[in-house]
Amino acid sequence: MAETSSPSVLRAETNSWFDRVPPAYWVLGVVLLVIPAFVSDFVMGEIMARAFIMGIIALSLMLLGGYGGMVSLAQMAFAGFAGYMIAVFGTSAITDISQGWPWWIVIPLALILTIILSTAVGWLAVRTEGIYTIMITLAIAAAFFYFTRQNYDIFNGFQGFNSVLPPQLFGVDWRGSYAFYYLTLFWAILGYAVVLYISRAPFGLALQGVRDNPRRMSALGYNVTAHRVAAYAFAGLIAGIGGILLTWQLSQISPGTVGIGAAIDVLVIAVVGGLRHPIGPFIGAFIFVVLETFAKDFLVTLGLSGDRFQLVIGLGFLIIVFFSPDGLLGLWDKFRAARNRDPLTGQDRGEREL
Amino acid sequence: MSDVSVMTRGDPQTGSGYALELRDISKKFGALEALAGINMLVRPGERRAVLGSNGAGKTTLFNCITGDFMPTTGAIRFFGEDITVFPAQERIRRGLRRTYQISLLFTGLTVLDNVYLACRGVSRGRFSFVRPRRGDALMQTAEELVATVNLSDAINTPVSELSYGQQRQLEIAMALSGAPRFILFDEPAAGLSPTERVELIKILTGLPSHVGYIIIEHDMDVALRVSEQVTMMHNGRIFKEGKPAEIEDDAEVQALYLGGNADE
Repeated sequence: MAETSSPSVLRAETNSWFDRVPPAYWVLGVVLLVIPAFVSDFVMGEIMARAFIMGIIALSLMLLGGYGGMVSLAQMAFAGFAGYMIAVFGTSAITDISQGWPWWIVIPLALILTIILSTAVGWLAVRTEGIYTIMITLAIAAAFFYFTRQNYDIFNGFQGFNSVLPPQLFGVDWRGSYAFYYLTLFWAILGYAVVLYISRAPFGLALQGVRDNPRRMSALGYNVTAHRVAAYAFAGLIAGIGGILLTWQLSQISPGTVGIGAAIDVLVIAVVGGLRHPIGPFIGAFIFVVLETFAKDFLVTLGLSGDRFQLVIGLGFLIIVFFSPDGLLGLWDKFRAARNRDPLTGQDRGEREL
Repeated sequence: MSDVSVMTRGDPQTGSGYALELRDISKKFGALEALAGINMLVRPGERRAVLGSNGAGKTTLFNCITGDFMPTTGAIRFFGEDITVFPAQERIRRGLRRTYQISLLFTGLTVLDNVYLACRGVSRGRFSFVRPRRGDALMQTAEELVATVNLSDAINTPVSELSYGQQRQLEIAMALSGAPRFILFDEPAAGLSPTERVELIKILTGLPSHVGYIIIEHDMDVALRVSEQVTMMHNGRIFKEGKPAEIEDDAEVQALYLGGNADE
């Protein structure tokens, strides 16, 4: 314990945030910025951009699950709801329903409505703990899926909405592969940075306190329910942003996007990546998207039927979770701890990172 | 609750002049009567020990005072204010603190974060999305509290890596946060080494004189050295009150504590 004391105190005192960004992040940042010059439109749009979007949606679950100890299966429903709202109030091919309002009203309105919905769901869900939270949010996700499929007045039923496109802003076609890549990259980095920042702000610390010991938090003067509901509201905003981007990427929103399978995909992404740090959902999303995209080709290459691609995806996740219940982040921590250990004494060499 | 208005003694300005007043507190868990007719008056700044065998109702009494449970009957006043039906967080905001027998710490956070959360809990900005800056007053207070309980060396250590004794010290730092007026210590010395006990006695006797406390303690040496009043409990009732010296010499107390002819 003693060896960690003085250097870590000093590190917390380092002046600028700029100095505290680890070098690996700079490298990754540069790679992500220049990668469009080297890869095809398909990789940019279908893999990278999609990984960022799924990462953002899973990030909202990481915030609730990792910091708040609340596993919500309704995050995809919130994302889908935001997507539906931009279709309903904005423009789509379904002109009978879509209102065609300008983007600067539609996007904030969609996000506000999503926050209201997630706050209401959170207010219900925080009355439960553990597996019951999962059940109640799963029920809400299922209800939303069936509602969108059966309601034709607002959600246009089975078909949903197509031709839901991002606005033409600053003369840029945001649906273009480069522009859309940078758009999703921007929101992914912003979401990541904000969640990481908040984890050490009073709200985030309190949320982690609620996760570790709700009874003690209440004894310290915190309103535990209010903190949990606020976390749902904030997670709803993140999921909503992801949902809008997802709708633009697919240029459509339909019940299939918000089905139970999709809700579970978000959970799988977050768990495989790791729930302890906001980078986890993005790692998980990248692996998920790669597996989802190439599992079929992989099977065909092996001379098997491509129909069984779900099996490959499932096996991949099984292997990861089997070796590390903490996801890939957990594997990385194990690796680092092993490398840090002195082979002679078995003692920690005393290099620690947050 | 309705017959609390009979309180007339003491200073009219603060209601009664007592830091803590318990009137006829009882608590039933189904058929089990954990507390029965507890009356206790504690002056501001008073240091009192509550002793008794296991199952005497000491921790239940603490839970009723802090709002972890509601008492079945009776009234609780804190500095003259009736807090009987207040939720726990309202009592904390009025300056009541406690430590727990089993450590209830935030194991995923560091020592400093634990104390910081305790300081933040009684101040504004609990929902703030802005990180505390360097030199933030609350952060400094938290660092000082960590130093008070001799944990400065482990300030950035995750609580899950602390030794048991260090966790007990951290409990005390958290109870001291945010200008407490009255603290309930639930067996702070349990599981501590002899050296750590000496440190604990130093910390307790070194508290500012306006801060009163009640301490539940099995170790008579510790309990009698840090208190000026002693309350003995048995089977959910108070059966003796007095100065430490009187209690120490009391034949009945000795019989109970040494497992003699107690009626169990």
